[in-house]
Amino acid sequence: MTPVTPALDLAIESRGLTKRFGEQIAVNAIDLAVPRGSVFGFLGPNGSGKTTSIRMLLGLTQATSGQISVLGQDMPSRLHEVLPRVGALVEGPAFYPFLSGAANLRRFDTADRHAPSRTRRVRVDEALHRVGLTHAAGKKVHAYSLGMKQRLGIANALLQPRELLMLDEPTNGLDPQGTREVRSLVRSLAAEGTTVFVSSHLLAEVEQMCTHAAVMSAGTLVAQGTLADLRHVGETLVRLRTPDAAAAQGVLSRLGLVPRRTDVPDEDPWVMAPLERDTVENLINEPESLVSALVAAGVRIRAFSIEEPSLEERFVALTGEGFDVVQ
Amino acid sequence: MSSSSAPRSAGWDLLGSELTVLFRRRRTWAMLVAIALIPILLAVAVRLSSETLAPGEGPPFLDRVTQNGLFVAFTAMIVAIPLFLPLTIGVVAGDTIAGEAGLGTLRYLLVAPAGRVRLLLVKYAGVAMFCLVATLTLAVAGTLIGAALFPVGPVTLLSGDTIGVADSLLRSALIALYVTVSLLGFAAIGLFISTLTDVPVGAMAATVVVSVLAQILDVLPQLAWLHPWLFSHYWLGFADLLRQPMDLSSFGDNALLQAGYIAVFGALAYSRFATKDILS
Repeated sequence: MTPVTPALDLAIESRGLTKRFGEQIAVNAIDLAVPRGSVFGFLGPNGSGKTTSIRMLLGLTQATSGQISVLGQDMPSRLHEVLPRVGALVEGPAFYPFLSGAANLRRFDTADRHAPSRTRRVRVDEALHRVGLTHAAGKKVHAYSLGMKQRLGIANALLQPRELLMLDEPTNGLDPQGTREVRSLVRSLAAEGTTVFVSSHLLAEVEQMCTHAAVMSAGTLVAQGTLADLRHVGETLVRLRTPDAAAAQGVLSRLGLVPRRTDVPDEDPWVMAPLERDTVENLINEPESLVSALVAAGVRIRAFSIEEPSLEERFVALTGEGFDVVQ
Repeated sequence: MSSSSAPRSAGWDLLGSELTVLFRRRRTWAMLVAIALIPILLAVAVRLSSETLAPGEGPPFLDRVTQNGLFVAFTAMIVAIPLFLPLTIGVVAGDTIAGEAGLGTLRYLLVAPAGRVRLLLVKYAGVAMFCLVATLTLAVAGTLIGAALFPVGPVTLLSGDTIGVADSLLRSALIALYVTVSLLGFAAIGLFISTLTDVPVGAMAATVVVSVLAQILDVLPQLAWLHPWLFSHYWLGFADLLRQPMDLSSFGDNALLQAGYIAVFGALAYSRFATKDILS
């Protein structure tokens, strides 16, 4: 449905987007740029302003200042044209517990004036089928598990073909099986050309599904770009274990690296050296050349590895460790 | 593609959905059953008691019930209007926006997008429909139980004239309409209160309190100047429909008053809701 679009075409763009609640700044002048066709991970610890940002992007709350453009149109002034093309899951699913799953979806579908009533039943059935809830379609939602509600929430976002999906923590409450299903669902939607904007505090999730990501911390956007760009900021390490540590350090130094040594009691020491992408590009592409140089110098290698920087290190560096997040 | 020009329906589907959800809810049914029980209890109590009431004793018309079952509906209406009808309408009206906010479904309706003005209109239409169904339930249950337990015959009106059974049934229906109209201003107040909070129970309670306050103010003689402006002032004015010819002047004043309340509280609800941050 979406024609081939130029790389610079943005599905979501915000400039200086800010939200204040009294004295507190929940979102501080963020400039989001979500390319069309991307699977965009919106990362950040709980309470970093992700959901508040999403609420502003969807016109649920008013921005204190800043501009938003969604699918090329100004928000919230063009809300009525934009939102029918957007499917959303915001801050967890919410349903009428006394209605069945299918009845809930029909209810939300009637709220959209662009949704044709003729095809409503079929579209609801298809959406339920897509998230694997066909068997529970007639069951009241109060009997649903958290995971089933989460799936129903995703089904609600899929009631019509959408150009943009905004999924806020879509795998919350899902078991590993369900998480995998959501991931493959996101991939198949992206393959159809839908832009998917996923917020998450789970790095692994973003690393596995997304092409792009942005990182929020304490209301500020601290990083944004393709996943590869974000990773590159960290350093790639070469790590080896050898009883001939001094000789290994000499070899690595001659190759232009800056090795350091870590001694482990009763075991062979580790030798590590960061590989900087610009200067030693060929070493990264052909790490075996390092091994042959070491072996030629008589270094006995007991273990050897090249460690790519993980997004996790970058994420922790940007947002702080564990519960100790920046407030 | 970027200019989404999909055909827009008139948007009646949302109203249909609202009425379906409202009238499928067990809570709504429970309230309607309770409303129907008012005339039933009243008629059974009168039937079982051996005492005959002196004219004027008890609620208006109660003394006539034993002679003519058609008066059960009128009596029940008078008994239910001050407290029970406002209570049920307070529940429905207070729940309109706050209930959706409490469930979290409000955000999904708005991103659908339902449109905030459209949602308010649909919600108000739902409450108005409940007012009509509630008063009709009262009238129908009263008429049926009255006919079952007491003789039915021509009805003597307040003006002394006598009308036939068919005519008196018509008057019952008109009274239900009159009462429905009387409650519309109150329903608009409930809608407004419902936009102020995300806690439905709070909105319901506040709405009911408002109806009680209005009725208290309406009986204080010192505030006589205020009485014609109270939304509850004509709640018991339907007796004018039991005269021959029908006195419609109070109905006109009442309709105008209710329209004023709808305009004022509709505007307040709009100004509050149109820019409200949906944080639920």
